[in-house]
Amino acid sequence: MYTFSSKLKTFSFVLMIVGILGIGYGFLTAPKDIQEVEAMLKAEEAEHHGGGHEAAPSHEAKAETATHEAHAEPVATATSSETAVDSVAHDTTTTVAHAEPTTPAAHAEPAGHDAKASAGHDDHKGHAEHVLHQLQNKPWAALYVACLFFMLIALGALAFYAIQQVAQAGWSPVLFRVMQGITAYLLPGSIIFFILLLLFGFHFNHLFVWMNDGVTEVGHENYDALIAGKSGYLNFPFWIVRAAIFIAGWNLYRHLSRKNCLAQDEATDNSFYKKNFKMSAAFLVFFIVTESIMSWDWIMSVDPHWFSTLFGWYVFASFFVSGITTISMVTLYLKSKGYLENVNSSHIHDLSKFMFGISVFWTYLWFSQFMLIWYSNIPEEVTYFKTRIEDFNLPFFGAVAMNFVFPILLLINTDFKRISWIIVMAGIIILFGHYVDFFNMIMPATVGDRWFIGIPEISAILFFLGLFIFVVFNALTKAPLVPKRNPFIEESKHFHY
Amino acid sequence: MSSNKVIHAIYNDDDVLMDAVHKTRAAHHHIEEVFTPFPVHGLDKAMGLAPTRLAICAFIYGCIGLTVATVMMNYIMITDWPQDIGGKPSFSYIQNMPAFVPVMFEMTVFFAAHLMVITFYMRSKLWPFKEAENPDVRTTDDHFLMEVAVHDNEAELVKFFEGTGAVEVKVIDKH
Repeated sequence: MYTFSSKLKTFSFVLMIVGILGIGYGFLTAPKDIQEVEAMLKAEEAEHHGGGHEAAPSHEAKAETATHEAHAEPVATATSSETAVDSVAHDTTTTVAHAEPTTPAAHAEPAGHDAKASAGHDDHKGHAEHVLHQLQNKPWAALYVACLFFMLIALGALAFYAIQQVAQAGWSPVLFRVMQGITAYLLPGSIIFFILLLLFGFHFNHLFVWMNDGVTEVGHENYDALIAGKSGYLNFPFWIVRAAIFIAGWNLYRHLSRKNCLAQDEATDNSFYKKNFKMSAAFLVFFIVTESIMSWDWIMSVDPHWFSTLFGWYVFASFFVSGITTISMVTLYLKSKGYLENVNSSHIHDLSKFMFGISVFWTYLWFSQFMLIWYSNIPEEVTYFKTRIEDFNLPFFGAVAMNFVFPILLLINTDFKRISWIIVMAGIIILFGHYVDFFNMIMPATVGDRWFIGIPEISAILFFLGLFIFVVFNALTKAPLVPKRNPFIEESKHFHY
Repeated sequence: MSSNKVIHAIYNDDDVLMDAVHKTRAAHHHIEEVFTPFPVHGLDKAMGLAPTRLAICAFIYGCIGLTVATVMMNYIMITDWPQDIGGKPSFSYIQNMPAFVPVMFEMTVFFAAHLMVITFYMRSKLWPFKEAENPDVRTTDDHFLMEVAVHDNEAELVKFFEGTGAVEVKVIDKH
């Protein structure tokens, strides 16, 4: 039996407390009203004075996100009139600047403050209001990304566990209890997440623009024809019911499968094992459908005009590799403390292979999504990557470096896949990389170019990391670390190659 | 006198074979070769063979493939006949690079895979119409054969191998 060392417990509490303080700081320092933002913008302008070239891109970018959030049409016309948007690279900054003053559509829009903002600073108010919304979104978005990421780590580990059950894998049963420890976080993680979703629905913030008042009302100043067209699917009641069903389904499988696995320890036949096998197969079907819908609902819909057909897979690859990496790191930690005596270097090697393989799989999907949109260059699609490459250049390409270049260089060598400190280093890079990946999915549409990985973001990570460590290692103390009556346990103990 | 005599110990299960290989090595008998109908995981390690260097070859071949693809696409699409596809600038390789990534990837895999197979065949001295080296046809079906050199200890070896679960132990005069 594993005992939760008091050092680690204290560490997790410290993380949570520091995290809560930082999250609170983030909310308290978010601007309350328009005056504050205006003062801030003035100060920023003074800084940029003289460097007109430098100031320009940020304003345009804001204008673009603003138009994009509020109405699709003007952006579409504006950008398509400039179809010389050749490479996604640099000249795009000028596109919006050109397009907006010359496109009457943008001016004619009821809330076309964005166009004016970039046109001549004469109407500062609309722009300031927009920045205010972005900055008010920032602490929420920071909380949301971290909460989502840690919940999905647990979900990724759960999917991996279910695959092991269905495949009747002979190598992995010695790791089942580690996986179950990690998936224990799914329940608290998803409850907090669900509360966050409810807060979005009750308008505590504007992360999901499609929830705003009047977006589906013809004639309203917020009216958006594209969102109105999707409102049969994208409306708060249906959205929250879907979320409830998904979260309930995942937790139900996790609960029953853990129960059966424990019952199998004391059983005289394999009936509990067989039950788990059947249940896992059913879960995987449920999982892949709900996972796909979940990724549209909770991630893709922050950009309600944009869509990508492989988005579900892309999100899946991201949290699946994070889940496997976490399994590997928790295993190495427990092993370093003298537990898991049956886990040998071949088990570690197999986990590293999965880390390597799924990292490459993630890159494949990342690139597939990017290249098709880059090549076809359809305005309402390509805007997604334009925002990311212009305003999020470092995190956008940094994620590729951390999730692809580092893992492939570190883990391609067979011997390295068995060396603990290399796996831990690669694992830390992979986990940070995939956090940044989720950051890139949520932030551009919610805080735009006002993003920063500062106190609110880091604190949110620390809080959920602390909670994760506490829940996971607490769950590991609840049952023996070897599922002793699993029919494959002998094979697993002797696994080598 | 150390003759050309060898022992052929035949097994009908890969796990039994693996145990036998471990025992033979522990008893310091020299295993010349093991013939199996399919690759047995861990057999190379158990026999004490040096690790394969094929992976290094694969890496080098992959790099060659990547280079060939880059040079080829640059010549075809940029230098020789620039084409305007989808409004992408056609005078710069790097700005068009995403479009060439699939080609670069496929060529890397193609070169690595094919050259690696050819290297493997050459290294294993395999070519079309070559006469098989298997001493016993059953090793292409469901039997495993271990060949061990005899050094004036024939009786001892036969006894030893009979104790390792072999279904058949033969002493063969190799020429």
